[in-house]
Amino acid sequence: MHGRPRRLAKPVDEEAASAKAAKLRDLQVQVLQNHHSRTYTKEAIGLSFKLLEINPEAYTAWNYRKLAFQHNVKELSDPEAIRSAVDDELRVVEVALRQNPKSYGAWYHRKWLLNQKLTPVDSEREFGLLDKLLKVDARNFHGWNYRRFLARFMGVPDEEELKYTMDKIGDNFSNYSAWHNRSILLSNLLIQQSKGFESKQKVFSEEFELVTQALFTDPSDQSGWFYHLWLLAQTSTPDKPQLIASWPCNGAKLSSSFIKEKVDQNTLSSIWCHSLKERTVPIVLYFNEPVKGLNQSSVKLKSYLEFGKDIHWRALSMTDSGYSNCWATYLQIANECSSSQQYSVEVSILCSEDIVSRSGSNYDSPVHFTFTIELISDSQDIDLFDKPVAWSCSESLQSYGNCEPIPFDLLTITSALIEEESNWHFERLSEQIDLFRELPDDNSKFVKLTLARLLLACAAMKSCGRSLIERKRYCDEALGHLSDLIHLDPSHKQYYEDERSSVLMDKLTCDMETFMKHCSVQVQPNSVPLNHVQLRGLSLTCVGFAERLMWVQVLDLSHNSVRSVEGLEALQQLVSLNISNNQISSFTALEPLTKIMFLKVLDLSFNEIGAHPIDTTRYICSSPFSHKIEACEAFEQCQKKNFNVEEYWDALLFFKSLKLKQLDIEGNAIASKENFRTLVMELIPSLKWFDGECVN
Amino acid sequence: MADEPAAAGAGQDYPTIDPTSFDVVLCGTGLPESVLAAACAAAGKTVLHVDPSPFYGSLYSSIPLPSLSSFLSPDPSTPSSTAAAAAASGSHTAVDLHRRGVYSEVETSGAVPEPARRFTVDLVGPRVMYCADEAVDLLLRSGGSHHVEFKSVDGGSLLYWEGSLYPVPDSKQTIFKDTTLKLLEKNVLYRFLKLVQDHIAATSGAGDAAGIISEEDLDLPFVKFLNQQKLSPKMRAVVLYAIAMADYDQDGPDPCEKLITTREGIQTIALYSSSVGRFANAEGAFIYPMYGHGELPQAFCRCAAVKGALYVLRMPVAALLMDEEKKHSVGARLASGQDILCKQLIIDPSYKIPTLDVPFDESDSNCPRKVARGICIFNKSVKQDASNVLVVFPPKCMVMLFLLVDPVSILDLALEEQQVATVRLLQLSSNLAVTYRKANLTCRFMAYLSTPCTDASTGKHCIKKAMDALFSPLDSDGSQGQLATTSGSTGDVKPTLIWSCVYVQEITQGTSSSLLSCPMPDENLDYRNILESTKKLFTDIYPDEEFLPKKSAPVHDDEDSDSGE
Repeated sequence: MHGRPRRLAKPVDEEAASAKAAKLRDLQVQVLQNHHSRTYTKEAIGLSFKLLEINPEAYTAWNYRKLAFQHNVKELSDPEAIRSAVDDELRVVEVALRQNPKSYGAWYHRKWLLNQKLTPVDSEREFGLLDKLLKVDARNFHGWNYRRFLARFMGVPDEEELKYTMDKIGDNFSNYSAWHNRSILLSNLLIQQSKGFESKQKVFSEEFELVTQALFTDPSDQSGWFYHLWLLAQTSTPDKPQLIASWPCNGAKLSSSFIKEKVDQNTLSSIWCHSLKERTVPIVLYFNEPVKGLNQSSVKLKSYLEFGKDIHWRALSMTDSGYSNCWATYLQIANECSSSQQYSVEVSILCSEDIVSRSGSNYDSPVHFTFTIELISDSQDIDLFDKPVAWSCSESLQSYGNCEPIPFDLLTITSALIEEESNWHFERLSEQIDLFRELPDDNSKFVKLTLARLLLACAAMKSCGRSLIERKRYCDEALGHLSDLIHLDPSHKQYYEDERSSVLMDKLTCDMETFMKHCSVQVQPNSVPLNHVQLRGLSLTCVGFAERLMWVQVLDLSHNSVRSVEGLEALQQLVSLNISNNQISSFTALEPLTKIMFLKVLDLSFNEIGAHPIDTTRYICSSPFSHKIEACEAFEQCQKKNFNVEEYWDALLFFKSLKLKQLDIEGNAIASKENFRTLVMELIPSLKWFDGECVN
Repeated sequence: MADEPAAAGAGQDYPTIDPTSFDVVLCGTGLPESVLAAACAAAGKTVLHVDPSPFYGSLYSSIPLPSLSSFLSPDPSTPSSTAAAAAASGSHTAVDLHRRGVYSEVETSGAVPEPARRFTVDLVGPRVMYCADEAVDLLLRSGGSHHVEFKSVDGGSLLYWEGSLYPVPDSKQTIFKDTTLKLLEKNVLYRFLKLVQDHIAATSGAGDAAGIISEEDLDLPFVKFLNQQKLSPKMRAVVLYAIAMADYDQDGPDPCEKLITTREGIQTIALYSSSVGRFANAEGAFIYPMYGHGELPQAFCRCAAVKGALYVLRMPVAALLMDEEKKHSVGARLASGQDILCKQLIIDPSYKIPTLDVPFDESDSNCPRKVARGICIFNKSVKQDASNVLVVFPPKCMVMLFLLVDPVSILDLALEEQQVATVRLLQLSSNLAVTYRKANLTCRFMAYLSTPCTDASTGKHCIKKAMDALFSPLDSDGSQGQLATTSGSTGDVKPTLIWSCVYVQEITQGTSSSLLSCPMPDENLDYRNILESTKKLFTDIYPDEEFLPKKSAPVHDDEDSDSGE
């Protein structure tokens, strides 16, 4: 029951309690015995009833009853007798529910019985039972679950169930289950285009109106805010998944070599692509929402180049749900090609039933883009890592000659599509913003958080040209709310900080002019110009808007408060990364980096790796613990070499999957541990510079 | 239910009462006397309870509609006493007792709908009980609840505001569902209710002590406190008059003495909110006795009778028996001429207390309080789909309407000074047994109105005004359903008034050292004040006895006929 102060348990009569326990034990033993000996007599079944009456959680007793029921009902032929057998079982469930209305076993037993379909279901009895239970506790989610089951089972129209949720919300709107069921029913009705639910806009306008009544009445009640969040998500995301960025971008020219003499402002248009040396070209596609189903038929490639193996698309995501915003494939150039020849590659993402979002919508905005590859086989072999890469600490970035980084506007693909957003969405959101600005919030976190979310949803709709100024204004207001929230609700501080980081990143990268202040083309120390982005000292805690950074080759995130590098996996061009002086607390938190194939330089110095006894990310990342990785050969090898695998398993997994040339790790607790340096050098044979020393 | 006397007037064959000496003699079976009788009987005293009428209830009774006018204006020629002739016996002196006229300004209009005898009217209306108030507790404690059935005022409350009726949002859910409130009003109103609830929870020890409202705020006039909480005028009216049940204008330009404090306001709200949901089958905070308020005194009389009290109806008290110094009453001479001795005599407030030599205290004797009441019967509910509803007309609200309608009328301007007090109306539908419903006939609704007043004609005027606001008069040609054209109204057809009665009742209570008189029906919506005075009377008489202790109830006391818990 909810919203009632907890009362101290009455002092129980110990004698009675122990007598009850003895009786229970006795019953349990007998029921188990009957279960094993398959005794399905009336007396034996009666015993199981006695047990369940006292303890409905005795799951084995339920299973025993199922077996007994099946056994006994087989011998019945008279429909009346079957009916009474079913009736008896139903009554047992009711008795058990009286004892504990939240007994999983009892509810399941009832569903199982109905699913046997032996007798017609007495819907009056079933719904009557539910009404009674939901009257006692309107938020009993077991009851709601059963109601959904029953409605489907009996074919009750969604409209009627929707009305029922409204009744319950009318009784007391502090009811998560009712709001939740409403969201499910409405989604169904909208998908089915049922009568009266043809217009998503009309339905959602009414729902906004309804939930706002609840929110204004009692802003401290959470349930309405959750429903509002759902509505917001329905309003702010496009119905269909869209491609929002790609690497290489349309018209990009990739080159395997860079000859210094060719530095010429006018002709400099090709981008040095490190991976081409290994005759590999990564292609990265970035969608606005997680999708699945990218394969050779949904994404077509056309080129004179021959690509080895089958083209396999990988989800660059830390979860194994199969859905991801970001997908990559690595083209292996198979044919020998003559020097200085340019090959174009055409990528087409077609309307396809294969590509689907989590909500089940298909991808239906076809995109084509072309890039060219210049293979220069004869070029002198540049050793990029002749000297250790030094990170420029100067505040402003020097521009090297007129080397402009990649033309920015090429990066975004579907800005035209996003522009298409209907006015309705924007109006609805603006209306909500105006409303909640009015609501005296008493420092309520829900009001501020919702306002921030609404503002950001509005900002996301302003994506080009002059509206970028508005976007920044929305971002600024949202940042204000998020900063308030960090103080107001310290227990969720990290969430707010991550949100704030993301907004900050948005502000810095949404328009060319601002972004350019952080970009340069780095030519030192070797003559290869690399696209360099510097985001140091901004109190970032995480990475947002990675789709705008996919062309970056050198990234400086030092002197922030970065805790998670999730998102960086989209940066397949990344060669050097500096995340020194941050708050990375474990190797498992760095797992996204293992997906960057050609990362060569990594500065991890002055983080908190090894300083925390509890690794909070360890169960999220792929590890032997989450059963995602087979027992590694590496573990065995290390064991043979007397390294402490139990202690260093995460470091082991991390370094094993990187081919680093340069690593800095000083200033972390783990770096001073015995054997650690030897382990690292063992794990990364390619390593040349380790904490500034040449090791190879 | 009050029955028509079978042999009214043929009251000369009075029974002889034996024994002739009691601990307590009560005359009149109004609610306070009946409660006292039950309490005295429960305390083990010998009790004689007589009533001059052939039915129970006195000023608190419910009577059949045809008997109403004779009850309100009794024939003055009826001799109140015939026994004065009897000689003073022994050491006692007999002092004649006389009834007084309690009602004035009686005015009825319209034809009584037939069958008139099927309508029973309350004399104390509009009146309800809070599910959690003292009256309900007393009924439960004494076992009187077994003799009464209740219905809830399930249509909630309505506020008359700027010419229209609005539902009174009194809980989180009603605020949520209300369609007339603005979003911000909802926020402010619920915030206020929450503040009060937190305070109530904190003072009862269940909540966070931080929720307690400061003493300073509790002593503030409630209206000031509401202003601090930023309630809009309409919301203030809702809280002050429809929830806290303030009688007088709280918002006037000059500070009125009848301002309720925050403490008092919150007390009423606390009672209100603990009433909601006390009984599983009662919707809302109020309940109403199914067969009228006359049931209540009768229920307590039965409790008293169970405990051994002796009841005689149709038995007026003719005279007081006083001791030699004429200081103390020692008994009563009944209309039968029989002298009954008693230690304590308690009489109905409709008897004039004779001027005795002893210092006598009659409160407010110069300016007696009055309450104007109205009863009407009409053809349809004032609120669609609601059967039993309470309507509150806050002070001055009707003048505002009137000026809107006709701003030039001098008469209306004069009225501005007149509605100083709240008018309350309780509509009861045919699902209560008090109004008659016949199949295929239009159902009849009945409503009670009241407003406190000092001047009888002013009070009467207010009652009539309130009736005008809600009902359209029956046209001379008898057609019903005149279109409401007054501004602000819903445009629906107003209910048509079929019959109405307006009257003014005095509220006096006199008490002397040994002769006690019980309180008259007051202007309030509930019995709280009346029962408070009754309880005080009891403790004055028997300071060492407990007032209707729980154990006095019969054995099967735990189940309340009304509770479905």
